[in-house]
Amino acid sequence: MSLRVTTATARRVLLQLRHDPRTVLLLVAVPCALVALLKYVFAGGQAGAVFDRVGGPLLGVFPLVSMFLVTSIAMLRERTTGTLERLLTMPLAKLDLLVGYAVAFALAAAVQATLVSALAFGALDLHVRGPTWAVIVLAVANAVLGMALGLFVSAFARSEFQAVQFMPAFVLPQLLLCGLLAPRQEMARPLEVVSWAAPLTYAYDALDRVTRGVYGGALVRDVLALVAFTLLALALGAVTLRRRTP
Amino acid sequence: MDGAISVRSLRVRRGGRLVLRDLSLSVAPGRLTGLLGPNGSGKTTLMRAIVGVQVVEAGAVVVLGEPAGSPELRWRVGYVTQAPSVYGDLTVRENLRYFARVLDRPESTVDEALGTVGLVALAEQLTATLSGGERARVSLATALLNKPDVLVLDEPTVGLDPVLRRDLWATFRRLADGGTTLLVSSHVMEEAARCDDLLLLRDGALLAALTPAELRERTGEHELEQAFLRLAEGAA
Repeated sequence: MSLRVTTATARRVLLQLRHDPRTVLLLVAVPCALVALLKYVFAGGQAGAVFDRVGGPLLGVFPLVSMFLVTSIAMLRERTTGTLERLLTMPLAKLDLLVGYAVAFALAAAVQATLVSALAFGALDLHVRGPTWAVIVLAVANAVLGMALGLFVSAFARSEFQAVQFMPAFVLPQLLLCGLLAPRQEMARPLEVVSWAAPLTYAYDALDRVTRGVYGGALVRDVLALVAFTLLALALGAVTLRRRTP
Repeated sequence: MDGAISVRSLRVRRGGRLVLRDLSLSVAPGRLTGLLGPNGSGKTTLMRAIVGVQVVEAGAVVVLGEPAGSPELRWRVGYVTQAPSVYGDLTVRENLRYFARVLDRPESTVDEALGTVGLVALAEQLTATLSGGERARVSLATALLNKPDVLVLDEPTVGLDPVLRRDLWATFRRLADGGTTLLVSSHVMEEAARCDDLLLLRDGALLAALTPAELRERTGEHELEQAFLRLAEGAA
């Protein structure tokens, strides 16, 4: 790997984003609108309490989903336009490309998660027991995980049609299993076992703990699992990227 | 095995079809070699094998003494695909600047390459807004950034106007005179006349390897188009 090539790639990806202001606007506006919607769909006496319970965890889920989509399409485009093949004939390590993407989208994710959190904790009056900064850091980590997963699954998509469908196929089941809708301990045993293997479970768990103000070893385990899944997805992404194709 | 590129018994299958069948050939160093043949004759597949991005079934491809695709060659071999492979959502200059950084070349090479392909005036233009021919030149400029020892160009002049085509062939000639080995594919026979050597492909096999003069002599045709047709049909 080379620092020069990795930073050049990150800068190039950010430049591409800058030339596409509408995508940048959507990246920020969509999760903001969803969090606001979440606040107002809950009505009645307990509304504030429900928003406080699910608001924190969902602050991480929305960026994860949007980053997953954006990066899987970006990487697919790199494949279909031939720029990937050209880069792979050049002195560029596969990890230069993937880490370059990761750095660029992590920066974008940091901006996105910070703005969504600012809205949630400010105008929408979200309350969590843990520190606000921890929620923001975890939201960024979620976005980075979404990005790494998006880079990985893009290897299996031959077209944009396939790539966008990986989102519901890959992310939605994890969302159902992660504990947001039903406590995992109460699920059927096989489902609970599957949920242990799903990256989103740890992402949700960590945010849920900070929201409830419950710390300790379990939170550390969640954060480590999140980092491990991100690195694993990047490594698998590098493995599935082939210089020689049929 | 004295060529800058040497291919031995190369067999490649793509999508179940045998595209190259036991192909052997060699490209002399420091010469401008034209790779000619009808659509589907295997030109692109051969070029992909030479730059090391094609999965091959059998055979060997050696470039500058190294197996095709080896890491050291990534510094020394330039490749321009048939479809322009550049970022549409970057300006021309941003595209070249990125590839220059990957190739560890200074900023000045960007202006040099822009000059060579005649795109100085469009440098700040978004690449997606360029015409097809202009985009093809951006793609070509990318391969000129690091002055590679071997330059593999897949139909670099398709869709370009005659003036530009003449200028680019003059550039290819200058590069070859400077010691670069060029392999340029085309299916326009008039371009064959500008080459030092010709490799004629048909149905994944080498039909002939000769100079333009030898081709005329062998077929008795002055027009290379006619000469190629004669050779291709004669062999059928």
